Amino acid sequence: MIPYVLLVPTFAIIVIFIYWPAVYSFKMSFYRISPFGNRMIYTGLRNFGRLFQSSEYIHSIKVTAIYVGFSVLLTVFTAFFIALLLNLKVPGTPVYKALIFIPYAISPAISGTLWTFLLNPVVGHVNYFLSKTFGISVDWLTSKPYALYALILASVWKVVPFDTIFYLAGIQDVPDDLLEAATLDGASSWTKTWRIVFPLLSPITFYLVIMNIISFMFSSFAIIDVMTSGGPGDYTTTMIYRLYLDAFSFQKTGIASAESVILFGIMAVVTFVYFYFGERKVHYQ
Amino acid sequence: MKKSTRKLINTIVAEVILITIALIVSLPLFLAVSISFQSPEEVFSYPPKILPKGLYLKNYVDAFNLVPLARLILNSTIMAIAITAGKLTTGLLSGYAYANFRFKGREVSFALLFATLFLPAETVMIVPLFLIMKKFGWINTYWALTIPFMASATNTFLFRQHFRSIPKELEDAARIDGATPMQYFSKILLPLSKAMIGGAAIINFVYAWNMYLWPLIVTMEDKMKTVQIGVRMLISSESANNWGVIMAGTIVVLIPTVAVFLLLQNLFVRSLVRSGMKG
Repeated sequence: MIPYVLLVPTFAIIVIFIYWPAVYSFKMSFYRISPFGNRMIYTGLRNFGRLFQSSEYIHSIKVTAIYVGFSVLLTVFTAFFIALLLNLKVPGTPVYKALIFIPYAISPAISGTLWTFLLNPVVGHVNYFLSKTFGISVDWLTSKPYALYALILASVWKVVPFDTIFYLAGIQDVPDDLLEAATLDGASSWTKTWRIVFPLLSPITFYLVIMNIISFMFSSFAIIDVMTSGGPGDYTTTMIYRLYLDAFSFQKTGIASAESVILFGIMAVVTFVYFYFGERKVHYQ
Repeated sequence: MKKSTRKLINTIVAEVILITIALIVSLPLFLAVSISFQSPEEVFSYPPKILPKGLYLKNYVDAFNLVPLARLILNSTIMAIAITAGKLTTGLLSGYAYANFRFKGREVSFALLFATLFLPAETVMIVPLFLIMKKFGWINTYWALTIPFMASATNTFLFRQHFRSIPKELEDAARIDGATPMQYFSKILLPLSKAMIGGAAIINFVYAWNMYLWPLIVTMEDKMKTVQIGVRMLISSESANNWGVIMAGTIVVLIPTVAVFLLLQNLFVRSLVRSGMKG
């Protein structure tokens, strides 16, 4: 009896607040709410059909792919590079570590706020610096394609520490002589780093890529909401932002449920990939 | 070149790069602190100031008046503590079940739990979850902000892993001494897991304190909103774009998590890594 009792609290929550909503959104995605909101009309797959014919939704898929793709790449490589440097344990490393890790504890909403200020065309320091040094003056958050760059910048800044923490922990297990030869030692060591050290850490990279995809697809909502609100126009409206708008600004419950199901499907694929390929890789680590 | 000379050069190069990176990364935070102490004239001066003239504390007073920041802090504190306590409780109990018992349905239920590992319900399923909250009459309540997030696969795995690393002989010895399974759990396992629980508590707290989308949609009245939404409210209500006030509010909101992180960094990092790695 005991183990079942121990599991009750966990499964009560998981079933009511994850499994039930999941099933519920599947069901809702096949319905349309009548104009007066009092009746549910079965429409089959029409919600999905309308989504994939809507240029807005197709646009949000493209933006999500570009935003997530670039952010993941930048984050993983920056974090790996920083971890290599921190691992040299040069004097002062504890201080650098503390400073570099801080954004992990800062929320996406605040990351968005900080960068909104820094990129502000009138009072922002980054903008001032760029216009003084390179003569560039840009309305970062309100013009294409800079709004997207600004989002990527704020998102990468927030997530790099997470990846660095994992790489740094992973590097400890790489034999010292390999690392010694690897860092900052001319061209051949550069090759060694990428041919030997990076592949050794591939299970970590794999895990991080998955975690980062989740961060950039979902947690980044706050960054987008604070910095661009999906604009200019719908230029930076990602899939999660589209879902939010359709559900809570336009009250299109059926369509929004279909969007939920699509995101759900993407996460199912990600989870499957993780367990299918992850299981094997983790074993020999 | 001699090996020692080369090593010295490497160290210097690494120092320079690391200092640069550390400065760039911490610059936004540093400037936010600085701006929060600048008067409107200083904020709008050109070129932008790096350091404030004095400590212009009116920004902090204004931030608390412009939005009900004190109330929002209370809400976020309640939410974060409740979620943390909930996740730890459910995680410890279910982790114990999976680590120390064999029972029918173990594999199936574990797989069901595993499947939710990468599913952030508070974002992917906001629509159905919102409708369920409506059914329960939980909109604008602490229930909606806390209960749905009181269990997670991550916490269960973390504690299962940890309990499995504790020698089986301890359990046998306790049983021979007449301890019931729950006595073994509370008298021996829990005290042995203090560091683990502490680490998980910090991670859960930071996660909950920083939640955004869910509190945004499930609270309508200002008095039920959380600090993260408060930052957004500051930006939109500060029509003159007085960044001094916005940054003052931002600093207040980020202090709890950043302070906890800096104070307990090692514990934090160790637990974070363990939560991600199997085996």
